[in-house]
Amino acid sequence: MTSMMNDFQTYFDLMRLYADYAAAVDAGDWEKWIEFFTEECEYKVQPRENYERGFPLATLALISKRMLKDRAYGIKETLFHDPYYQRHVVGVPLVRSQEGDAIVSEANYAVFRTKLSQESTVFNVGRYLDRVRITPEGMKFESRICIYDSEMIPNSIIYPI
Amino acid sequence: MGDIPAIFPVAPAWEAEGTSRIPFWAYTDEALYKRELERFFYKGHWCYVGLEAEIPNHGDFKRTVVGERSVIMTRAEDGSIHVLENVCAHRGMQFCRERHGNKKDLVCAYHQWSYSLKGDLQGVPFRRGVKQDGKINGGMPKDFKPEDHSLNKLKVSTRGGVVFASFDHEVPSLEAYLGPTILQYFDRLFNGRKLTILGYNRQRIPGNWKLMQENIKDPYHPGLLHTWFITYGLWRADNKSELKMDEHFRHAAMISTRSNAQVKNEVTAGVSSFKESMEIQDKRLLDIVPEPWWGGPTAVMMTVFPSVIFQQQVNSVSTRHIQPDGHGSFDFVWTHFGFEDDTPEMTQRRLIQANLFGPAGFVSADDGEVIELSQNGFEQKPYHRALAEMGGREIENTDHMVTESLIRGMYDYWRKVMGV
Repeated sequence: MTSMMNDFQTYFDLMRLYADYAAAVDAGDWEKWIEFFTEECEYKVQPRENYERGFPLATLALISKRMLKDRAYGIKETLFHDPYYQRHVVGVPLVRSQEGDAIVSEANYAVFRTKLSQESTVFNVGRYLDRVRITPEGMKFESRICIYDSEMIPNSIIYPI
Repeated sequence: MGDIPAIFPVAPAWEAEGTSRIPFWAYTDEALYKRELERFFYKGHWCYVGLEAEIPNHGDFKRTVVGERSVIMTRAEDGSIHVLENVCAHRGMQFCRERHGNKKDLVCAYHQWSYSLKGDLQGVPFRRGVKQDGKINGGMPKDFKPEDHSLNKLKVSTRGGVVFASFDHEVPSLEAYLGPTILQYFDRLFNGRKLTILGYNRQRIPGNWKLMQENIKDPYHPGLLHTWFITYGLWRADNKSELKMDEHFRHAAMISTRSNAQVKNEVTAGVSSFKESMEIQDKRLLDIVPEPWWGGPTAVMMTVFPSVIFQQQVNSVSTRHIQPDGHGSFDFVWTHFGFEDDTPEMTQRRLIQANLFGPAGFVSADDGEVIELSQNGFEQKPYHRALAEMGGREIENTDHMVTESLIRGMYDYWRKVMGV
């Protein structure tokens, strides 16, 4: 933590990681989405209820980069859904700790959904709980857990948060 | 001009013979929907409320619904399970706000009337008045009897760790209600082992509640809509399968055994969702390990009318609670579970296979979407009707899945109860 406080470049890189991630998922660039993660990684979208009560079930539970690829394929090729745009608004990251090249951080997010010919609505609201690794290729997520407050998913979640 | 039907039927009548043609107004008429709540959810039927494992300890409670009515499932000091309507006997407040927790008693915040976990009224503040300057002010009338003012108690039945309730105390036994055929599949899944709760998923689907029942009474769509099912043989028209109903045709089981994964044949010809060369990158998504209790079938999907679906699809097991909210919307609450004797590996397997199901599932996300879009179609054309004529117009159990027999069966029952 102390090193973070004095290391503007690291914090700047972390903010850029968050901003780039949001831009990629809002652009629907799923190939790029995958590349934000290390080979061994996890990505989960989990209701706050399960998280706080210690229930392990997640709405999406992907536990390797290969599994992220399966999701990207599913979005592009197998899932039928009403088309929509999503737009992320992500708060500034809060750094919980840094040890060597591993950063534990989190940030609030709100995702808006816009379906064709319809108004924009609040789709999913929560926070990211992240473990970020500084690699030679830049910062990557080792773990990104999206804990959402939203009590009801408006029908379905197709794209990654 | 005379050929154009009224778009909004004034006095809707079921015109066709039988139930192979279902009028769209069955999904769009608000008055009819209220009657469905009365006749299916509040009278003569058992509704799902939860699993015993959700309230393992004395004082545990869970708030849920029967139809649109808020209820509380509790476990009393003696271990018994109770289901109480969440409406204070005093001023009618829907007093329980937490969705789960542990309490010694149930207290309405408004005037602090308190009830036991069995729903009996135990405390009324100032019942005997308040003493001031040597005189007693107020108080309830002399003939006020607490025992006349308990919470509304539902009839409760549990089996295999599953809790059902009914507002109707004249309802037949749960076993008679399910009938022997469905009971056999119910007991296959809930065979007495203790359940462990893995967690919840909640989604709001803007469609009529019956569409969810129909979705799981329709074995015609899974091998067409769901790429994963047809490609990996989890559900396809050439699987060995059976469809079975209770004697009233209201409940059903779709029973299927996996086969022909990635095999191209006449069943896949022209089916764009079939992906012969599709390759799962991380095989753990479909790391199926047969369990002894399956006794053969790899999937049994049970619809228990009107409120619940019990899912076994390979290693993923869940209850799916249908919570209607007006004619055009319902909440769909998934409770994924496992069994007390599951190894950590099996628990992990169930959690990963859950990626196929639920509101983001590789398979089930599609179902919510097609239900929403069906409802859109019904709303714009309420004079029209849906067709359920695959496999003929009869209602029968079958040894294949190329049929909409179960949907016809459900509407046969629906018409009888609704008097439509």
